[in-house]
Amino acid sequence: MRGGAFGPAVQWAIDHQVRVGRYLGAEDFVPVTQAHIMADTESLGPAGVEWLEAWARLPAGQRRVRIPTITDPRGTDFAAAHRLKQQPWMLDLERRAIAAFEALGVLMTDTCINYQTIMPPVRGEHVAYGDTGVVIYSNSVCGARSNFEGGPSALGAGLTGRTPRYGFHLDERRRATLLIQTAATPRDLNDWGALGGIIGRLAGDYWQVPALVGIDRVPGSDEMKHFGAALASYGSVALFHMIGVTPEAQRMEDVIPPGSLRTYDIGADDIRAFQAAYATEIDTVDLVVFSAPQLSLVEMRALADALDGRHATVPLLAVTSPQVKPDADRLGLTARIEAAGGTVLAGMCFYQSYAREMAEANGWKRLATNSAKLTNIIGGYGYKPVLMSMQACVDAACAGGRIGA
Amino acid sequence: MSGRIFFAAAGMGAKVRAPALVAKDGFSARYDLDRIAGVFSRPQHKLAGESYVGRVLVLDAAKGGVATAWMLYEMKSRGVVPAALVLNAVNPIMAQGAALADFTMISGFDTDITQAVPNGALVEVDPTAARPFIRIV
Repeated sequence: MRGGAFGPAVQWAIDHQVRVGRYLGAEDFVPVTQAHIMADTESLGPAGVEWLEAWARLPAGQRRVRIPTITDPRGTDFAAAHRLKQQPWMLDLERRAIAAFEALGVLMTDTCINYQTIMPPVRGEHVAYGDTGVVIYSNSVCGARSNFEGGPSALGAGLTGRTPRYGFHLDERRRATLLIQTAATPRDLNDWGALGGIIGRLAGDYWQVPALVGIDRVPGSDEMKHFGAALASYGSVALFHMIGVTPEAQRMEDVIPPGSLRTYDIGADDIRAFQAAYATEIDTVDLVVFSAPQLSLVEMRALADALDGRHATVPLLAVTSPQVKPDADRLGLTARIEAAGGTVLAGMCFYQSYAREMAEANGWKRLATNSAKLTNIIGGYGYKPVLMSMQACVDAACAGGRIGA
Repeated sequence: MSGRIFFAAAGMGAKVRAPALVAKDGFSARYDLDRIAGVFSRPQHKLAGESYVGRVLVLDAAKGGVATAWMLYEMKSRGVVPAALVLNAVNPIMAQGAALADFTMISGFDTDITQAVPNGALVEVDPTAARPFIRIV
């Protein structure tokens, strides 16, 4: 591969992987079975799209990925772009990126919940996933093995079928490095996200692995999704263990190394305080967003139920995956949400869709969401976010944006 | 202070010399930056409102998501980019982004580098040395 026998795309990919692997201490490669590419065009920019197009122009035999390679959300839902006031140049860039990926043999799944909808990895399976929420869920809940693979590296893994063996591909990196004791099992998804955010801040960096004790029931997939996504977002954390719940941590001694770990206690007051810190100085919001991660079918039904018989008087966006959307259509959930004034979007994610430009075009600034991950990210795009339950978000949307009305 | 040198565990990219912009805070291109204006934009960030263009960013740890892997390349293509990144702790995304963009980065010190380098100091970053380093000029 390094000699160019498989063409310049594979040659670039393996050279890139060698550079990254050397930086991070890898001694060799590990074969991977799937790759997942984050590549919205707000991140790529014209330069990134042109870079992809250069590979896409290669002869077919030199440009195709060699393992199943799928994509994270795109920067738009073409069917609804006009309602978001996205500009034609954004859509043109998206179309070019999609065409390039298709030429490379990439499956345009456009989802960050592939572990709920496409093909969840199994315990011990080595994969090359992008999107931090995908990685932490796959590592922790499924027991798979991946590092954070940014778009270029995930594409590289797709082209070579391997990735440098460092970090969470290695047994020794998967042991806990901090212990979290909690007497407060979260109730709503925003509470799970808040707990993840608190632990993320405590963890500090990518190489930390929190182990939780004290959760008094087995969380569901959506609860794990919001918890993990927030933990990864606030802490850049890629793996957690929940003792007695997650597959590698059935017993404390499975993941807790000998000796003492730094230990933290988190209670209900901490979870409330985390969320209250975002609500200061905001009593009204301009829009409500359910996104990051994309909504499962179960979340779509919960939202439809919460909106029944009501009407949103500020924009309410519900973002799901292209795999969930047809079922939501078929089961009448999309119609119920939109009859109540909401907008259902598919295949995108709010913060990956030119959030700053959408804010300017629509006059959006104050945003309510039940996603702690979105709360963490969206401030950088000029928004003032509030983190609340799905029910409280719906109540605000139906009260002209007033919180607690 | 002048002449002090701090060695890193790993480095990538070319040797650079530029003023340092220092904070005990994290780094994520998506979460923290207005990449069009070239400033830190997340209100909670300790460098909020500061221009990062042409500066050696000396920060604590890589944070957030995977977008930085593309964004360094995009930022470099427009010339609205830091001169280098110097981090206590790196994540794979930063290494992947620096590799794609041929961007200068060093990381991993035996001291807290954000406390060792004064904000505004002219520094030299050499990832090509046998032991990558940052030196206060």
